[in-house]
Amino acid sequence: MRNLRKFVLLVAIVAIALAGCNKGAPAPAGAMKAAGKALTIGLVLVGPYNDQGWSQANYDAVQYVTSKVPGTKMVYIDKANSADRPGTTVSQLAESLMGQGAKFIIFSSDDMSDEAVKFAQAHKDIFVVMSSGSQVWKDGKNYQALPNMVNIMGRMELGKMIGGVAAALTTKTGKIGYLGPLINDETRRLASSVYLGARYAWTNYLKKDPAKLQFKVTWIGFWFNIPGVTSDPTQVADDFFNSGYDVVVSGIDTTEAVTEAVKYAAKGKKVWAVAYDYAKASEVAPNVNLGVPYFNWGPAYVNTAKAAMAGTFVSHFEWNGPDWNKFNDPDSGAVGFNKGGALSPEAAVGVDKFVGELAGGLNLWTGPLSLQDGTELLASGAVATDQQVWYLPQLLKGMQGQSVSK
Amino acid sequence: MAKTRSSNALLQGAAIVLAVLLTTLVLLAAKAPPFAAYANIVLGAVGSWDVAANVLVSWVPLLLVTAGLLITFTAGLWNIGIEGQITLGAIFTTWMLRGLQASGLDPSLIISMSILAGMAGGALWALLAGALKTFGGVNEIFGGLGLNFVASALNLWLIFGPWKRPGVASMSGTVPFAPSLWLPTLTEQSRLSPSALVIALLAIVLVYLLLKGTYFGLRLKAVGKNPNSAYLLGVPTWQHMMISFALCGIFAGLAGAVQVTSVYHRLIPSISSGYGYLGLMVAMLAGFNAAVAAPVALFFAALNVGSIQLPIVLRQDSSLAGVLQGTLVLFVLLMQGVRERLAGKGLPQ
Repeated sequence: MRNLRKFVLLVAIVAIALAGCNKGAPAPAGAMKAAGKALTIGLVLVGPYNDQGWSQANYDAVQYVTSKVPGTKMVYIDKANSADRPGTTVSQLAESLMGQGAKFIIFSSDDMSDEAVKFAQAHKDIFVVMSSGSQVWKDGKNYQALPNMVNIMGRMELGKMIGGVAAALTTKTGKIGYLGPLINDETRRLASSVYLGARYAWTNYLKKDPAKLQFKVTWIGFWFNIPGVTSDPTQVADDFFNSGYDVVVSGIDTTEAVTEAVKYAAKGKKVWAVAYDYAKASEVAPNVNLGVPYFNWGPAYVNTAKAAMAGTFVSHFEWNGPDWNKFNDPDSGAVGFNKGGALSPEAAVGVDKFVGELAGGLNLWTGPLSLQDGTELLASGAVATDQQVWYLPQLLKGMQGQSVSK
Repeated sequence: MAKTRSSNALLQGAAIVLAVLLTTLVLLAAKAPPFAAYANIVLGAVGSWDVAANVLVSWVPLLLVTAGLLITFTAGLWNIGIEGQITLGAIFTTWMLRGLQASGLDPSLIISMSILAGMAGGALWALLAGALKTFGGVNEIFGGLGLNFVASALNLWLIFGPWKRPGVASMSGTVPFAPSLWLPTLTEQSRLSPSALVIALLAIVLVYLLLKGTYFGLRLKAVGKNPNSAYLLGVPTWQHMMISFALCGIFAGLAGAVQVTSVYHRLIPSISSGYGYLGLMVAMLAGFNAAVAAPVALFFAALNVGSIQLPIVLRQDSSLAGVLQGTLVLFVLLMQGVRERLAGKGLPQ
């Protein structure tokens, strides 16, 4: 009798195990059908794939996926914007990638939001990643139900703060310029994060009067230069250097802040720049380069590709921070900061100290904080919610420059 | 007669061969495999129903623009301002759509009125170039170029200024219109709007009939061949030039309206997509003949769409399609010169 019971139990266990093997892990609710063992990833880049900035960071990340996830392949189209590819639409370009077998499309620029949504709605069987967007953030302002879309973004606010610290610890004139792209939620919060970091280092490390720190934002109108359409970022960087701003922090996809700093340094001016987006951007121009806050899209793209292959791809929004335990590890963490050659040893100590404080829980998005026009954003001691940071309506008080496009 | 015809065909064939040869040399210089490049362009243009539909989507504005340009070319005018006329068409269309989108009117009425507004916008801009020529003595090439820059600046100002997205000025253009205000497409996934296609085909047929079969067309031709003689023979010359500008502007404006209502569903900075300049090439390559222009425009559209494969498959720049288009036009014009010389007419004027 006992043996029979044991036998029944055994059979039941085996049956369950077999059933488990058959189906794999149960698919979560709303998950898309598994792509299986092979997956072609189509990447749509807004700029050139080798721009040493935003687009290259995405390009390298998908190459990282193909090296880490067996069965994945990459196809891409770069310069996917209507100025570079007149007459085309981004969704049409994405379909061209589908024509090359892509079942998983990454739209890697905020500029592509409308087209990415159009595409996701028209191709419900394709896995869509809309990087830097918030369309499928349930707690966001513009939630749209798109079962085949995932939003991925890195908490670049933290990287930008570190860049701000590097800038503040370096400037001799107390004037920091921010080379901004276009004005939107993302660019406001990133410019403001640089300012928060700079002000923190200025007052807490250098013990200087916050009123003596000048921080100015100039927007060029797009993520990179389009002659005749945007302001020329070269010109904007020059204007900063010519008017006493000795550190220019880049907020655009391309490298003009650093290249112009190199030119001015060659003329004997004491100027520096903080690069943006691309991890290896810290390696260039060691005489002016203070470092680069960069995106490490690889790990998040790996997870999402694996989910698509395994049948666990569920529409969601993710906003990933650095891995403080393994800061700057390419295999973990979405954001990092690489120091540049021009960061002085003392400033480097300050940067490391700041990174340690962030890792220990320091949050500069803590009140009292006011918006540029004086309205209170956070009361004393209040900590900003994700929504307050993501949808920052203006620059912060103390920053110069346009908050809203007029 | 038969002899000239066959030697013509030979010269045209030579032009095509030379253009392909030169493009192949460019490909070899860029270290790209020429055969694979051509094969990919072909596949990218006709490899599936979807891409073939995209070719038609691109054909529509190109055909409209070419149809318009045939009229101004017939009148002996170089309407370089066509790009600006497309842009103004798009701006007027957007303006009407914005004004009426919340009006509660029937969407098809709103779309129709917006397209009409676009046609008016294009005509207005073309008449401006015409007026500069007629009353200001400004050659239409220079006037048109200037107006192109003004149109482009106006467009950017609207997108980054009064018509910007709430709180965001973006290169991605104005806020997209609601899907009810898009020209309906074949299927939900398709980009091709049958109505736009029908409009474009009607346009080229209309222009063909206008130029071949009407008294107006004949007089326009007279103006184009020799305005002084036409004037002496009693053709009101400048009036005919103005009308041809207006007609061309209407077609260009229509192309702009299609770009807004059926392709981008919003106003974007490069809304004309270079179709104006491309249309000039199509018209020249087609020998200013409406019947030939339609297939040539289709071929150019196919090259444009097909060449998207070059960066994807071969990592080559897609501007190669432009090289082929440009050299084709150059060699065809060159061969026309050769033909005229052979025919003993001396150098072309």
